[in-house]
Amino acid sequence: MAKTRLESGSTLDGFVIGDLVHRGGMAHLWQVSRPGDATQMLMKIPVLHEGEDPAAIVSFEMEQMIMPRLKGPHVPRHIANGDFATQPYIVMERLDGETLLPQLDALPLPAETVAKLGAKIADALAALHAQGVVHLDLKPSNIMFRQNGDAVLIDFGLAHHRDLPDLMQEEFRLPYGTAPYMAPEQVMGVRNDYRSDLFALGCLMYFFATGTRPFGDPQKLKGLKQRLWQDPVPPRKLQPDIPPWFQEIVLRCLEVRAGRRHPSAAQLAHDLRNPDQVTLTARAGKLTQDGFFAVLKRKGEPPSSLIDKPPADEAELSDAPIVAVALNLDDLTPELSDKLRRTASRILERSPQARLACLNVQKLNRLAMDSSLDEEGNNKHVQRLVGLKDWAQGLKLEQGRITFHVLEAIDPAETILDYARQNNVDHILMGARENSTMRKILGSVSGKVAAEAPCSVTVVRNRQLTEE
Amino acid sequence: MRLGLISDIHSNQLALEAVLARCGALRVEQLIVLGDLVGYGPDPEAVVQRMMALAASGALVLMGNHDEAIGRPTANMNDVALAAINWTRPRLSDASRQFLSQLPLTHRRDDMLFVHADASAPGRWNYVTDTASAHVSLAATDAQLTVCGHVHQPQLYCYTATAKVIHHQPSMDIAIPLAPQRRWLAVIGAVGQPRDGNPSAGFAVLDTAAREITFKRAPYDTEAAAERVRAAGLPERLAVRLLTGH
Repeated sequence: MAKTRLESGSTLDGFVIGDLVHRGGMAHLWQVSRPGDATQMLMKIPVLHEGEDPAAIVSFEMEQMIMPRLKGPHVPRHIANGDFATQPYIVMERLDGETLLPQLDALPLPAETVAKLGAKIADALAALHAQGVVHLDLKPSNIMFRQNGDAVLIDFGLAHHRDLPDLMQEEFRLPYGTAPYMAPEQVMGVRNDYRSDLFALGCLMYFFATGTRPFGDPQKLKGLKQRLWQDPVPPRKLQPDIPPWFQEIVLRCLEVRAGRRHPSAAQLAHDLRNPDQVTLTARAGKLTQDGFFAVLKRKGEPPSSLIDKPPADEAELSDAPIVAVALNLDDLTPELSDKLRRTASRILERSPQARLACLNVQKLNRLAMDSSLDEEGNNKHVQRLVGLKDWAQGLKLEQGRITFHVLEAIDPAETILDYARQNNVDHILMGARENSTMRKILGSVSGKVAAEAPCSVTVVRNRQLTEE
Repeated sequence: MRLGLISDIHSNQLALEAVLARCGALRVEQLIVLGDLVGYGPDPEAVVQRMMALAASGALVLMGNHDEAIGRPTANMNDVALAAINWTRPRLSDASRQFLSQLPLTHRRDDMLFVHADASAPGRWNYVTDTASAHVSLAATDAQLTVCGHVHQPQLYCYTATAKVIHHQPSMDIAIPLAPQRRWLAVIGAVGQPRDGNPSAGFAVLDTAAREITFKRAPYDTEAAAERVRAAGLPERLAVRLLTGH
């Protein structure tokens, strides 16, 4: 292939080359511009040497295939690809700011800070997974942030796309990834399990909260495989002020079996944002690694028996939806309550991995928002929680699949919508107001939610008996 | 240029017309027909006549093993296929038989090779069903893209930098880029008798400028097609297949 000598001031396919911004081992990044276009752009050029690892070429090809197909705020916008026959490159939107890499000097960070960061990254993963892509190289140097706080994932050179031929698969004997963050199944060569990204995020959160990498930084396959049988030191052993809920979440991400991790990135984000709703298991209280004999036993098993198979319909997340049911406890007839419960039950039966969030929106009176009502308000909050839990009794859901939230709002519809947007809710379930006179006066909350929701909405209503 | 890739019509006129309508809507500029115009189905003469007309206006039509069997009674086939060929032969006009007998086995255009079955021995009609048989076919040509049919199940194979063959199960309606520094083998699904569990007629669109292939399906009235198979007195198994796609 012909190689163009790039230098500042030269032009390639209409792009004016600016400064060399980054000189990496795999690629160089140039600031570029296009006459008449104000977009800040970067041109990524692979570093290809004769006789070098073909992985570098294949990984660049994959990135050229995947990037143009990605949408949304959590990835850099793709602008152009350069042909391998002349000069391979990718031109993309240039993001302001740094990756997470410089943060490494400031570790450990408080668990609450790491959880907030983790939730943002999990949002980005949820958006990526929803597009059928597994990143497979999530690490601090591949994560940036937009000014509004949205996490942006960069570098798709090792990624897997559900709908595209995976050129990395079977091409190379060694697993590709970044040693400290690689999931056990990825070490074993599995490239199509989106839950591998949850493991990597768990490694990152562990590292950021403790200052120590959970599995070190092994350089050989033998060292990489260690994580199949040797569990990491529990974070709270290293950093005693880490709260149990944080350890619960992180150690769940680090489960060797992908099936024991969170069923989706959206559900992980939800846990990170709602620490008081995290169901604590033995993971939360663990202070020592597994015993010598337990590890020895695992070591004796064939490695493939220690990991889970990828989901049958790979990267298909619709089986693990977050369902939010919004209950108006002040205006809930027994009939409607029962009908809502049965509808929720049917949805949950079909999706055993689904998570149910029960919401009650406590309407704030515009005029009565003064602090003297705090005491009463608190009581009311507890009463609402009791009401939500009472409603959910009949669903007989195991702990961990259901959470309860009392939200305060002046505009209930807007609050439900905000909750759905922030928590990647897949399906909102709510009742319609029974009394049509009330609906006329107050307007329809469900109508507004149905019209503006970012997801499916089911409005449940009792069949009206017409009265002439 | 947008090429419409169709294969294994098998005398199924309803399926063919559905695919041609879709190709028209997708602004396909040329049709490439990868063989097996006849066999199994109830409308051989209508299908061949339609193909002759299309060929006259620029479509490229290749020969498949069922087309060959019309002129060669000794063809090696299973009982049902042979029964259908024997039913078909007297129902074709001389002009149609003549048209089928003259079809070419392969067609090479630029860096693309079109063939009904395995490209290493086009007249032997070997199936490309896995990475091993794809390897045999890919090794026999230097074409950057080989397109074949014969298997009745859409598949995509890629010949990698390290001389391995990767299999990809294409999702429908997704444009797949065919990286020019790799070599590719696309197996197009069947128009007239799909066997991948989806009874809708299979085809594909190749955009030669963008180097992208998109596998597609055209739904059609399979109940009516199955009825026509039964009315023609062909084996019941051939009617059921159209309904189930197996």
